[in-house]
Amino acid sequence: MIKIEKITKKFGDIIALSEISFKIEKGEFVFLTGPSGAGKTTLIKLLLVEYLPTFGEIEINGEKLSKVSKNKLYLWRRKIGVVFQDYKLFPDQTVLENVALPLQISKTPSAELNEKVDKILNLVGLSERAQLFPAQLSGGELQRASLARAVVTGPEILLADEPTGNLDPKTSAEMMELFKEINKKGTTILMATHNRGVVDSFKGRVIELDKGKLIRDEAEGEYQAKDQKSNIKSQKENKDA
Amino acid sequence: MLKIVKQHIIRSPYQSLAAILVVSFSFFVIAIFALLGAGSSAVLKYFESRPQVSAFLKDEAKPQDVELIRSRLEATGKVSQVTYISKEEALKIYQEQNKDKPLLLEMVTAKILPASLEISANELSALKEIAENLKKEPMVEDVIFQEDVITALSKWTITLRKVGIAIGAFLLFVSTLTILVILGMKISQRKEEIEILKLLGASSNYIRLPFYLEGIFYGLSGAFFSWGLSYLALLYGTPFLLSFLSGIPLFPVPILFMLEVLGGLLGLGLVVGFLGSFFAVARFVKSIK
Repeated sequence: MIKIEKITKKFGDIIALSEISFKIEKGEFVFLTGPSGAGKTTLIKLLLVEYLPTFGEIEINGEKLSKVSKNKLYLWRRKIGVVFQDYKLFPDQTVLENVALPLQISKTPSAELNEKVDKILNLVGLSERAQLFPAQLSGGELQRASLARAVVTGPEILLADEPTGNLDPKTSAEMMELFKEINKKGTTILMATHNRGVVDSFKGRVIELDKGKLIRDEAEGEYQAKDQKSNIKSQKENKDA
Repeated sequence: MLKIVKQHIIRSPYQSLAAILVVSFSFFVIAIFALLGAGSSAVLKYFESRPQVSAFLKDEAKPQDVELIRSRLEATGKVSQVTYISKEEALKIYQEQNKDKPLLLEMVTAKILPASLEISANELSALKEIAENLKKEPMVEDVIFQEDVITALSKWTITLRKVGIAIGAFLLFVSTLTILVILGMKISQRKEEIEILKLLGASSNYIRLPFYLEGIFYGLSGAFFSWGLSYLALLYGTPFLLSFLSGIPLFPVPILFMLEVLGGLLGLGLVVGFLGSFFAVARFVKSIK
């Protein structure tokens, strides 16, 4: 479980996040939405401990971030998989090497490593691209490789920062299917996106930020239902007019 | 891990080459000084172990006179060895030294060569006193001693050692600094990769270790190349040195000694490589932690 309690993050005088609180239960799929500058990426980076909150506390499975020593941060990060908008793959390593990297980092025995990498490459449909380098892949394939690398260790939590930001609608939909499948296997997913299409097509919980404040936290399906109602209402108003 | 190090080296080949060349050049100069130092020490030792005072005896000197001089010398406690060279032995030595010059051999017989006493002192400082005492002996015709040669050689060896240490220390500093700067550049170029590794859960040691190994690789390869070069230089210069140092048994240089030089250079390379990479990593510690 992820517990975020009254998190505030300031960069000098600029308040990036202001007293944000919410909980995410194990196995949930949560969208973090809002316009650019709303604080989505800041929140993701706080969860990855790229920097620390100015105030407030983050807790994962009962472990408080403020209690984690600097020297043990890497162990905290190993519990979390992360997918970036710009993939962040190593250009001089093949898909297979990129995907195997987190397992090498955690010193997984080679037989287990090979088995896990094969399995995950199968899942994301990149088995035949395993020996190619990132420069030889399409955008969708790059993001699938990035997703494979994020989940190959079987993390409890998967953070995705605008994973469909660079993809066309069809590839985005394919990526979302993969995220769904990974979520079904029990991985908690927090996905930052401002892609309405992605949010609408998937009945997940939606947390909306605006100017660093939490303005909406809708349970699974509520957001989409409300959205549908407001669409019908505006269509009616347009007709009446 | 070694694969990562290989990738680091191959990905910026010119930087890697520059590091290896600078370390190789520095270690080559150090190796040359080490060989010169060892060589001059061996030459000095050779001269010290040779008879340092020669007392040429008058033709009328009898065996009992020789024994008397020998016992007087030994009584001083300042000599380590006294050897009598008869006229016949002197001729044999002369013939051996001039075996390539038949004209010289024809003109010399045992009669015209003096018998002599060859004396080695316990300490160089006693040479003058021994020589003075011998000059007072009635049966001694002439005395020569090598005080000047040994003193000059001793001074030269000490100076060479001091200069070698100073230049060596400076070049070791330059090598360390070169590795530091080149690895610093490499760490700086890989800042984003380091960030990704951190986010993937890499420990600080996992990120640091390839840089340490890379630095050590530069140190060791530089040491090895410089050893190879200095060995080649030594082999190339052997004919000249053989004629220059004729009579002094320095050549061929034993392979065991050259392996000792290699071991020393590799040890230095290890230290220089590790220190260079350690300081480079320490300099960028914030981006690695």
